[in-house]
Amino acid sequence: MGSRAVRVRGIRKDFGNVIALDGVDIDVDAGSVHGLVGPNGAGKTTLLGMLLGLSFPDSGELEILGRTVGRDLAVPDGVAGFVDGPGLYPALTARKNLRSLATLRGYAASSVEDALGQVGLLEVADDPVGGFSLGMRQRLGLAAALLGDPRLLVLDEPANGLDPAGKRQVHRVIGSLAEAGVAVIISSHRMDDLAALCSDVTLLSAGRVVFSGPLGKLAAESGDLDYRLVSSDGARAREVAARTSGISIVSGPGMTGGALASDAALVVRGSVPAMDELISRIVGTGLAVRELSPVTPPLEAAFLALTGNTADAADAADAADAADADIIDATGERMR
Amino acid sequence: MSTVTLVHPSRSDAPATVRPASLRRTFRFELVKLVAQWRIRLMLLVCLIVPGAFVAAVGQQSSLPADTVFGRQMALTGWAGPLVILAFVGTWALPLLTSLVSGDVFAVEDRLGTWRHLVVAVRSTRRIFAAKALSSLIVVLAMVACLAISATVGGLLGIGSHPLVGLDGHTLGVGDAAGRVTIAWLCVAVATLAYAAIGLLGSVTLGRSPIGLLLPALVALLLQVLALLPLPAAVRMALPSNAFVAWRGLFTSPAQMGPIWAGLAVSVAWAVVATALAHHHFVRRDFTDLTNDGSARRIIVGGLVPLAGLTVVTAVVLGGATPADGSGVTRAKLQDSLSTTFSHLYVLQTDELQRPTVTEVTMRTRSSCDKGGPNDQDSGPGNDWRCIVSWHTPGTAFVGQATFQLDVTADGRYVADGDGPKEVNGSFQVHTVDGDTPNPLWQFDGLVDLLTK
Repeated sequence: MGSRAVRVRGIRKDFGNVIALDGVDIDVDAGSVHGLVGPNGAGKTTLLGMLLGLSFPDSGELEILGRTVGRDLAVPDGVAGFVDGPGLYPALTARKNLRSLATLRGYAASSVEDALGQVGLLEVADDPVGGFSLGMRQRLGLAAALLGDPRLLVLDEPANGLDPAGKRQVHRVIGSLAEAGVAVIISSHRMDDLAALCSDVTLLSAGRVVFSGPLGKLAAESGDLDYRLVSSDGARAREVAARTSGISIVSGPGMTGGALASDAALVVRGSVPAMDELISRIVGTGLAVRELSPVTPPLEAAFLALTGNTADAADAADAADAADADIIDATGERMR
Repeated sequence: MSTVTLVHPSRSDAPATVRPASLRRTFRFELVKLVAQWRIRLMLLVCLIVPGAFVAAVGQQSSLPADTVFGRQMALTGWAGPLVILAFVGTWALPLLTSLVSGDVFAVEDRLGTWRHLVVAVRSTRRIFAAKALSSLIVVLAMVACLAISATVGGLLGIGSHPLVGLDGHTLGVGDAAGRVTIAWLCVAVATLAYAAIGLLGSVTLGRSPIGLLLPALVALLLQVLALLPLPAAVRMALPSNAFVAWRGLFTSPAQMGPIWAGLAVSVAWAVVATALAHHHFVRRDFTDLTNDGSARRIIVGGLVPLAGLTVVTAVVLGGATPADGSGVTRAKLQDSLSTTFSHLYVLQTDELQRPTVTEVTMRTRSSCDKGGPNDQDSGPGNDWRCIVSWHTPGTAFVGQATFQLDVTADGRYVADGDGPKEVNGSFQVHTVDGDTPNPLWQFDGLVDLLTK
């Protein structure tokens, strides 16, 4: 971690009667990947827009790369990224899109080839962007953001529409950027992406920060989690779980309504120490534990617990799953 | 899959600088995007090919577009073709072309969802506006240039460079005709600025709405409807559509410069005001809310009402600064114009028939016009003007007389249709030693200056 890339203090933004941001404080260090999560309408896009110079706060302080941002919609050099998907011109090829942008900003022409190479689009660089799939557009948008050797990268749903290979590549690029000292701010509904990439996370709800800090600390905020436990004898494991303090059985062999449970599997709820105790006891009785996994990932559980907005979270997860399904269907293929 | 290698050689903890993209680079960026659109390329190609082909083809036919000014001369001189095209495009084609360029230059970013990308890249909404306005203007002017060059080349290659008969019947030499044709196109290019600015205004205030795209064409249509009405001359001159017909005054001697200057001034005023309004709306736009890209209220209150106000002010100023009153078409002005035009054309006819030389001075031509009979007022446009032209034949006491039916339009143009005698204006052809040629007095165009007393 190095110097501070973004310092936000008490910023507020209203759109008529709607309060988009209400006293938000955030710090993002250089070389960190900072996740921004929250239900729909939480103010994420407004905050990202401010970081990219698309709007300015009504009050509060916003400091980007050491420079206080005023009300003239101009952010400092070294800030790059996109909100609501990358902006690309379909009539131009991928290379021309980047070359035009490089010329506009006065970047070296060689940076275009470098950026295309980093996101794995060199082979289709001379194809019109109008024929690109969503995932290819996302990667090209990331390449556009890389052109100017950014110090702060602001990315809204960067993995949206990416196939597994593309997602891994984007993750590698972001990780490398952070290692090189770039501050990266990512907004996403994909908790698995955030968990894989981010060192810190800020959780927004109704324009306010409900959590901001290291990812590990957020996971601890989630309290009891549901775990799916697969053992060599489900019935006996259930008996052990019933006798373990701090553990409640959500579903299991002989119980109704548990889609995740089976003869060998049961779903239990408890804290991490209680789960440690349960596993010790099960193993102590001579049973084999074949699988133990949280039904809801810790970050998502924390999200649900802190925002209290389960419907939005479920929608977000569904939407993300649907996006993944689309991509898997069309793995690597461009939509013509 | 390529290997990820990132090199960031010079990271600094010093405060970053704010460096918006330069206007020159932003302009170039916008021009590249604009010209990359297949629609723009197609339009440029059409502008470069169609007028020339049309002029060359029509010039070879016996049936000419006589209802368009200079249309009767398309088979006689290549300089008539670009003027026929100019008359046509000023009415319909230029508003449509400006619609598709200026009317779309801002809306296209809404359609593609690229506003945020552009604002982040340029970091100055004022420079974005200036670059978009300039790039669309350059493309519109390129289209006007293509139209002019194509029509001129088509005319000169298809028919040849011959003298052109002006709207007062005097003959313009090739050099004079070329110069006036060029100036006429330049006048219309300036007039096009007004429509281009209306396009910018529509594109900014209405966003993705089709009305925004078509605003210049819709305004042009409205102005065409207004032009058909017998409006007071000052009001007519205060409309930006006037500049698209005022160039005809270049083809009289002396040139009717009043309507031309008025047209150019009004066009520039509309261009400045509409551009300023578009800029005002654009720099206040909230780019975090991309769904709010336009509204009917914004275009009406923030666009059309100020432009209507500008028209009223201009009409009042023109009404006070010029001696014109009413429609500007009076009996006296019509008689003067007809006498002058007839004299020039009679001299031309005499030369063609190799009769004894006459001059406009010795002819002492007079006209007497009446509109609609004794019970109607002799003023204003209409197709019920009837005029008798009298002239003296040198060396004799004979006073010749010829009758014409005049169809006078509200913009001051008239078509005189010969009603006899046959040997003067009753036949559409005359017999010369070189064969039959069109009779210059059978049907001809003339022009009344609406702004003179």
